Amino acid sequence: MSVSNEQVRHIAKLARIAMSDEEIERLAPELNNILGWVEQLGEVDTDGVEPLATVVDQKLRLREDVITDGDIRDEVLANAPEAQHGFFAVPKVIE
Amino acid sequence: MTDLTSLTIAGLRDGFRGGDFSAREIAESYNAAVAASKALNAYTVETPDIALAAADAADQAREGGNLQPLSGIPLGIKDLFATVGVDTTAGSHILQGFQPTYESTVTANLRKAGAGMLGKLNMDEFAMGSSNETSTYGPVLSPWRRKGSNVGLTPGGSSGGSAAAVAAGIAPGVTGTDTGGSIRQPAAFTGICGIKPTYGRCSRWGIVSFASSLDQAGPMAKTVRDCAILLEAMAGFDPKDSTSLDLAVPQWEANLSSDLKGKRVGIPKEYRIDSVPAEINALWDQGIEWLKDAGATPVEISLPHTKYALPTYYIIAPAEASSNLARYDGVRYGLRDVPEGGNLDAMYATTRADGFGAEVKRRIMIGTYVLSAGFYDAYFTKAQRVRALIKDDFRKAFEQCDVILTPTAPSAAFGIGETTDPLAMYLNDVFAVPASLAGLPAMSVPGGLDGQGLPLGLHLIGNELDEQTVLNAGLAIEERAGFTAKPEKWW
Repeated sequence: MSVSNEQVRHIAKLARIAMSDEEIERLAPELNNILGWVEQLGEVDTDGVEPLATVVDQKLRLREDVITDGDIRDEVLANAPEAQHGFFAVPKVIE
Repeated sequence: MTDLTSLTIAGLRDGFRGGDFSAREIAESYNAAVAASKALNAYTVETPDIALAAADAADQAREGGNLQPLSGIPLGIKDLFATVGVDTTAGSHILQGFQPTYESTVTANLRKAGAGMLGKLNMDEFAMGSSNETSTYGPVLSPWRRKGSNVGLTPGGSSGGSAAAVAAGIAPGVTGTDTGGSIRQPAAFTGICGIKPTYGRCSRWGIVSFASSLDQAGPMAKTVRDCAILLEAMAGFDPKDSTSLDLAVPQWEANLSSDLKGKRVGIPKEYRIDSVPAEINALWDQGIEWLKDAGATPVEISLPHTKYALPTYYIIAPAEASSNLARYDGVRYGLRDVPEGGNLDAMYATTRADGFGAEVKRRIMIGTYVLSAGFYDAYFTKAQRVRALIKDDFRKAFEQCDVILTPTAPSAAFGIGETTDPLAMYLNDVFAVPASLAGLPAMSVPGGLDGQGLPLGLHLIGNELDEQTVLNAGLAIEERAGFTAKPEKWW
């Protein structure tokens, strides 16, 4: 399986990374090289093998349903590129 | 007076407790050494005042008789750990200027144990790299050079600044993180020790995420004992990390013993690769002899899926990374770039284009592709199945042995700029990645120098939760290798 420039452009869009045509053209063979290499996994018989989800056996814990944080608005906003009126501010979404 | 920067953590601790020197003297020695080491590019931020404040607290604690395990010890912290009020950028332009309002659990544990901080250590961007060349701050230079050469060498990666700092004596010990070898390969390249504990021993809370099912913090230091001391302080249950293990922290230092009588050392035949330099395979054979001398019995074992570990890793790690790094959107922290008149979508795409480096983009793209509709099962689920087989290989192997010995890396340190092909770079972790995929504790210990005068490491992999046997076998090698070589100071 190999990815076309068009597919690379689509992946870049999914990943929200702006890319020029030159970058797409440079990246496509690199990705194909890596993808071609990982495709050797096709040789491995994995019939009946459960995909590994947790590497060390453990149960997900439940905790008491109580508030453990909160009331730190200014700390949350401290690193915002732009904050207004106690909110994150972004460019206009709806015209 | 003794050069304090040449001492081990155990030596500093014991000398400080015995009244040979003050914590302030230790901190001042290291602060001066750090300030004089700019040529290495190991530190991204220096925090001499934090080191001094912790030292003064340690000196007072000594007066008051309430010393903590790491009182008086200043450490370097990999830039992946959130440190309150101190730049935490994961070596990335997209996080430049980010100063967390919270502290990672691991560094909070170290502070509670009395340790000070010398500064933040350079690393590959988001821990994606094996040479420290992907950092937005430029590559770290290894303090080591080939005999008779001035060529700049990589300290390995991604914990390259961490490794260089210990090797150069500008930190007695440091934190590292290991997703697929990022503690062990740089430790091997720089002639120091480094251990990645069992997945879940150290809390991931406050560590910038790369691949969450693989990421694990661990210490790097001059000796096995120092690694045991640091790991005890770093590890422990943390309710804030859902994969943190709810287990007591063992007394690894007190239980150190290089007597390996009755222990079986597994030698995996699949790790014998022809393309690896003969010197590395010879050191491996020497390592087997050292462990035999310590009382252990070598047994040949088989890990049949070894050759599939790297391709499995290069599906799973980029997949998790593409998901984790979606948070860098220019909204809540870090860089924001908006093209003239651009909308929200343009802001995301431009911010991420400007903020991420080439290797990070490459991995996000691979990860996005293998998780995308139509390809998820063929790549990601397939890799998760092979990962289960790799884990099972180790489970079976540990029915026959107690610890596994291999080389750490397939080469000694290479020159900056010498490896440009991404796939060739990935092969650096061929021996390190399988243990990461299986979540097992693993350690690199220096074994000797190659013909060019560069350090080579030996790699020990232990069974789940059995850091003690890994450390003990590491100690047995350390005692027999007698590795005392130091890089000649040029920086």
